[in-house]
Amino acid sequence: MFTLLSEGGAISLIIPEAGLALWSLIIFVILWIILGKFAFKPITAALKEREDSITTALKSAEAAKNEMASLTAKNESLLNEAKEERNKIILEAKNAAEKVRTDIIAKAEAEASVKVQAALREIDNQKKAAIAEIRNQVGAVALDIAEKVIRKELKGNAEQQAFVNEMVKTTNLN
Amino acid sequence: MKNYIYKLGLLLAAVFTLSTTNVALANEEAAAEVVTLEAPEHASEQAPSGGKYKPTSMILHHVGDANHFTLLHGINIPLPCIMYNITTGTLATFMSSNHEAMEAAGYHMHHDRVKPIEEGQKVIDFSITRNVVGLLIAATLLLVIFFTIKNAYVTRKGQAPKGLQSLLEPIIIFVRDDVAKQSLGDRADYYMPYLMTVFFFIWMNNMLGLIPILGSNVTGNIAVTLVLALITGFIINIKANKAYWKHILLPEPLFLAPILIPIELLSIITKPVTLMVRLFANILAGHIIVLSLISLIFIFGKAAGDAMESQSMGGVAAGAAVAIPFTIFISVIELLVAFVQAFIFTMLSAVFIGMATEEHHAHPAHEAKGHH
Repeated sequence: MFTLLSEGGAISLIIPEAGLALWSLIIFVILWIILGKFAFKPITAALKEREDSITTALKSAEAAKNEMASLTAKNESLLNEAKEERNKIILEAKNAAEKVRTDIIAKAEAEASVKVQAALREIDNQKKAAIAEIRNQVGAVALDIAEKVIRKELKGNAEQQAFVNEMVKTTNLN
Repeated sequence: MKNYIYKLGLLLAAVFTLSTTNVALANEEAAAEVVTLEAPEHASEQAPSGGKYKPTSMILHHVGDANHFTLLHGINIPLPCIMYNITTGTLATFMSSNHEAMEAAGYHMHHDRVKPIEEGQKVIDFSITRNVVGLLIAATLLLVIFFTIKNAYVTRKGQAPKGLQSLLEPIIIFVRDDVAKQSLGDRADYYMPYLMTVFFFIWMNNMLGLIPILGSNVTGNIAVTLVLALITGFIINIKANKAYWKHILLPEPLFLAPILIPIELLSIITKPVTLMVRLFANILAGHIIVLSLISLIFIFGKAAGDAMESQSMGGVAAGAAVAIPFTIFISVIELLVAFVQAFIFTMLSAVFIGMATEEHHAHPAHEAKGHH
């Protein structure tokens, strides 16, 4: 107990010494001023600046990502539209081609039938002409024969008969 | 983040290694001391009962201040002494090694302190003592560390932290976000320089105190914690707003004012006092525990030696077997305490300042009571 209360004892531990207090005040305040002004302020400012720039970078990255996503979606829809357009065009072209084909066929058939009709009419005409020609010729031949027969009749029957036959033979009726 | 934790771990491991060497060196130191304690010229002064080992005296000598820097027992670095004698009004300066000058000025060395030879003289010791040297070492280290880091922040603007910068950045951010911003909100930036200085000053001194030989018990000295607590106290009361003073001088139910006003006025004093005592007591206790455990070696050795009426290596070995593991264990805890106490002091400073400057009409004192 004596050592605890004596001057060099434990009681001295809880009595602040003016000298040390003064020195620690001086040292601490100088440290506070120097570090606060020249170290901690720039450090906290730099930290804040870096954090801000990181935040901005993250935000702009997010924005770019969204932009990309919307662009991709836009591209996708454009692509789909183009596909639809293509299909439509192809279908239209097919339809048009089909129409052209049927038109051509129809036209060709029509033309062909016109030509056939014309040909048939021509044939008919020719046939009629030929028949008329034949009639004329047959008439002429018959008149000729008849003339010759009449001329020959005067000579005898048998001979006449032979003559007619010969005439008929020689006459080509085509 | 994992990287930071790894680096912190490395730092702690390094300090741990230092503290274990600390134990070995302290043992040596204490051993040297015991030998001298038994020497006849010191016997009358330090061990009056003749050869009996006095752990109290050894511990007090180690946790207290000194007018010279003791490396090992008997190897002292002399320090300048500045003594002001109030009684005679004289100022004397001399080196602690210069005994002639000391005695000529009327002083002598007593328990490592310079004391007036004449009894009953009032003296103020403004010497550069061991603790002042400790403070200067801590201040120098802090200046070197933080100017290095500041340069890293300025030259490598906007880039990821590197080296020392990345080691301390999580702690800086911790102080800013979890200490300052938590209690001060928008006002955090204004108080950041103070809070950062207080935090790193206390932490650095706590850590240096764990290192043997070089370390001194700075934050375990009430004069140092008194100064720190007073600065926080001044900031609280200077920066306090109307609401704070209104709460103290015009308490809510006015009929209770005769009781509440003294209590509230007392709280102006109790805030710094709690800060002062908490830091001082925690750090001092850590030092005393380590020294007490080391004393066990000599107590055991002495007890066994007395029984056999000779020196006993067996007793010393038994003491060491108990003391060394416990000292290592306590030293590791002290590493944690060093950080935690720095954090608590800073945290409470921020909380008190935050409550005194808070811009609303609630009852900040109710919250304050919860924090004591």
